Amino acid sequence: MGGGFSAILQRDLLLAFRHRGEIANPVIFFFIVVTLIPLGLTPEASRLAEIAPGILWVMALLASLLSVEGLFQSDYRDGTLEQLLITPQPLYLMVLAKVLAHWLITGLPLTLLAPVLGMMLSLPTAGYLPLVLSLLMGTAVLSLIGAIGAGLTVALRKGGLLLSLIVMPLYMPVLIFGASTVQRAVDGFPVDGPLAVMGALLAFSLLISPFATAGALRVSMHG
Amino acid sequence: MSSQAAIFSLKSLAFERDDRLLFSGISVALEPGDILQVEGPNGCGKTTLLRIISTALNPTSGTLFWRGKDISQHRQDYLQNLLFLGHLPGLKQSLSPEENLQWWRRLNANNSLLSNEEVLASMGLRGYEDVPCFTLSAGQQRRAALARLLITEAPLWVLDEPFTAIDKQGVAQLEVLLKDHVKKGGVVILSTHQDLGIDGIRRLSLPLLAEVS
Repeated sequence: MGGGFSAILQRDLLLAFRHRGEIANPVIFFFIVVTLIPLGLTPEASRLAEIAPGILWVMALLASLLSVEGLFQSDYRDGTLEQLLITPQPLYLMVLAKVLAHWLITGLPLTLLAPVLGMMLSLPTAGYLPLVLSLLMGTAVLSLIGAIGAGLTVALRKGGLLLSLIVMPLYMPVLIFGASTVQRAVDGFPVDGPLAVMGALLAFSLLISPFATAGALRVSMHG
Repeated sequence: MSSQAAIFSLKSLAFERDDRLLFSGISVALEPGDILQVEGPNGCGKTTLLRIISTALNPTSGTLFWRGKDISQHRQDYLQNLLFLGHLPGLKQSLSPEENLQWWRRLNANNSLLSNEEVLASMGLRGYEDVPCFTLSAGQQRRAALARLLITEAPLWVLDEPFTAIDKQGVAQLEVLLKDHVKKGGVVILSTHQDLGIDGIRRLSLPLLAEVS
């Protein structure tokens, strides 16, 4: 049963390691954009601190969106995806393994990089822990939701724009609660509420998304 | 030929895409030891038929049976008995042939006892076990993909154009492999434009719609 899960997880991490340059793209994008903000807007610490929570979250979302398009792309092009669909293993687990690998190579590095970038944007001290916690859960939700869109558009030649249109509305709640978690912490309010909502979003998408993605992949491949 | 002995059969299979009928009324019954060669001009639906047989595609109408059971009802059981090699071989270019093979082993349950080194050596890839697949030639890549035939114990092989890019010696080798497989009671369904040097091969010509010789 679990053979497919660990086989896919290990293979995707190995492939990511062999393609280190491409995999680093979202993280580098995140880094570059956030470094440009003080240059383009203002180097003044108080004004930067005001916009830091929003900026960090929007950029993490875009970096995640950029990378999710390729989730099934290479498997589709070399025929592996077709093989996965006819493997006597539960597709739910295989999709979950692919999403987990995607999160480990994009979401997790983004989360770990965020405090450093927060420092560059003079994020007040109270914001760091909520930033990391909200991104830790939020990027996982983004990967899970993005997988549905990636599954639906995998067989389309130019699916990138369509993917963004499908996924964006679903990303909104994650962004709203994620950014407000950090904002509330900076303003001195308790953050249990938005963090709990974020946890609920994660639990919900963890249950639903692999099913939806597996269905989307079936539709794409049978078309 | 009695229907009881048939291990795999298709009943009045039809496929329609964009309101265009690709084929219809395809009925075949295969017994253990049969090799079925699907032939026909380009675009007649050979790949589509093989993808339907591998359940990667649903037919517009018709039913497939494996050991007398409807495949749409017993899909998991059927898939354990199936090895499908499409014309995209599913090799990861940045992994070595050995890593690719190991990955297939972990994904499928019924593997043979041969080691990966033995398998790759008998496919003529000795010395290439550890190089990334993108450095191999097209023929060598095809051989690496075909190495899966040696690690599986699945009785039903469905091969889409397995002879593409392979040299004469490799073709002869593959023919021996197919013969050994059906001698053990396996079944092979393949599409190719080549004339195979195998006796008793059965043919399905697609433009003539379901005529089996």
